[in-house]
Amino acid sequence: MLNTSEILTTIEMIREQKLDIRTITMGLSLLECIGGNTPEKVYDLVTRRAEKLVSTGEDIENEFGIPIVNKRISVTPVALLLAGGQDPVEIALALDRAADATGVNFIGGYSALVQKGATEADLRLIRSIPEALARTNKVCSSVNVASTKAGINMDAVKLMGEVMVEAARLTEDQDGMGCAKLVAFANAVEDNPFMAGAFHGVSEGDAAINVGVSGPGVVKRALEKVKGEPFDVVAEVVKKTAFRITRMGQLVAMEASKRLNTPFGIVDLSLAPTPAVGDSVAHILEEMGLERCGQHGTTAALMLLNDAVKKGGVMASSSVGGLSGAFIPLSEDIGMINAAAAGTLTLDKLEAMTCVCSVGLDMIAVPGDTPASTLSAILADEAAIGVVNQKTTAVRLIPAKGKKVGDWVEFGGLLGRAPIIPVHPESAEEFISRGGRIPAPINSLKN
Amino acid sequence: MKAIITVLSTDREGIIAQVSGMLYEHGVNILDISQTVLGTYFTMVMLVDLSKMKVSFKEMTGLLEKRGEELGMEIRMQRSEIFDAMHRV
Repeated sequence: MLNTSEILTTIEMIREQKLDIRTITMGLSLLECIGGNTPEKVYDLVTRRAEKLVSTGEDIENEFGIPIVNKRISVTPVALLLAGGQDPVEIALALDRAADATGVNFIGGYSALVQKGATEADLRLIRSIPEALARTNKVCSSVNVASTKAGINMDAVKLMGEVMVEAARLTEDQDGMGCAKLVAFANAVEDNPFMAGAFHGVSEGDAAINVGVSGPGVVKRALEKVKGEPFDVVAEVVKKTAFRITRMGQLVAMEASKRLNTPFGIVDLSLAPTPAVGDSVAHILEEMGLERCGQHGTTAALMLLNDAVKKGGVMASSSVGGLSGAFIPLSEDIGMINAAAAGTLTLDKLEAMTCVCSVGLDMIAVPGDTPASTLSAILADEAAIGVVNQKTTAVRLIPAKGKKVGDWVEFGGLLGRAPIIPVHPESAEEFISRGGRIPAPINSLKN
Repeated sequence: MKAIITVLSTDREGIIAQVSGMLYEHGVNILDISQTVLGTYFTMVMLVDLSKMKVSFKEMTGLLEKRGEELGMEIRMQRSEIFDAMHRV
């Protein structure tokens, strides 16, 4: 029997509210490529296993009538493949060629996990990141510098500030695009389908299909219908909407898993914005009654949103994972862009917002002359929030060479554009140069 | 396999004739049909059975889209599972 109103609700969500599957990400273990001819083996494995990823994604898109915006690949952290003096950049180039051959949008996993300490191979990989990102188009890189169990590796934090500066310098003709493909994490997850931070963790199997859903526009539209109602009503509406969005993600994930003969991993319950009008997380917060994202009240509104998305989504999927929450990437959200350009949304407020949502200080452009130590200090603050709150936090900052507060960076596409926002001018040089490790926090006596 | 076809048009004339003729031609069997008004759009929703369809799903959606463009309508065909997934626990 036809239920016309339900059918038309779904059509409206896709047609007008920009509901989509943000990504189908195939996670691939590269551990069998270790030792001799690694770049060739990596290329062969990725192109063989992901050969049909893009065409399968397109078939599902066509049959279910739901856009699948990205098809991506995540791989084992490349630092683990560097036995016997293997040059990491050669592997980055092989991954980039494999991404082109398979037609995916991005390939993630040029990564190292150094939350407690770094091996010689980890350090070689991290130091090679700026070159690898400048010489490739589709390779994404991430480094985990902290965890709740290990504390914060401040040597790695220091190094990552320098890596960000160098990555921006080597891609200065593209507004520091290298930095848009680089993220530093605390408590990184092993099954994240979203870029730039996706990698296929060592505790994963040979391969997995992970799906990231989206739909800020759908949530905003649903909230328009409960204007002025109390917050418990708002939370219920968000939960119900998240349930629907996630069910669609689960359906697509199972279908992709079956067709690609690859185990289903997780659905990532995320509200991921795009720069398109009507696809903004900031506008959901404003729909709750805020004049502009970033003002007082923003953190509370975001906490409600993030929590309700998870509550609604968890029941809709047999396996939830990844980052799962509302994303606040500045350059990828038209509401955030406008709020930052107006000066309402500041770096300090963004930091507070990351305490209650997924994931962190994301796609934020800062002045080109920001010292490496200041970038490291921002990363240390963000890692501290993640470590103490037992959640993932991340930093993806773009110190765009030659740009000052008020200038703009333009990346185009899903990465969007952003105004340069100010950082605190005081020096963090002495603080960051200490190095060492900030110990893991106590997990009782919580106050 | 079952699918839902939705037609959105600003004009109601000839919708059923145009679409159903084409479906018959390609072996798509109409199981149920319903019409309603959505805002400024006149809409038609059909439940169809694809077990005897003579072309691939992709070809059929392509043909429907093309016909829709010619007639100034939006025609979609989607597998019915997506609607069940979203609205049924």
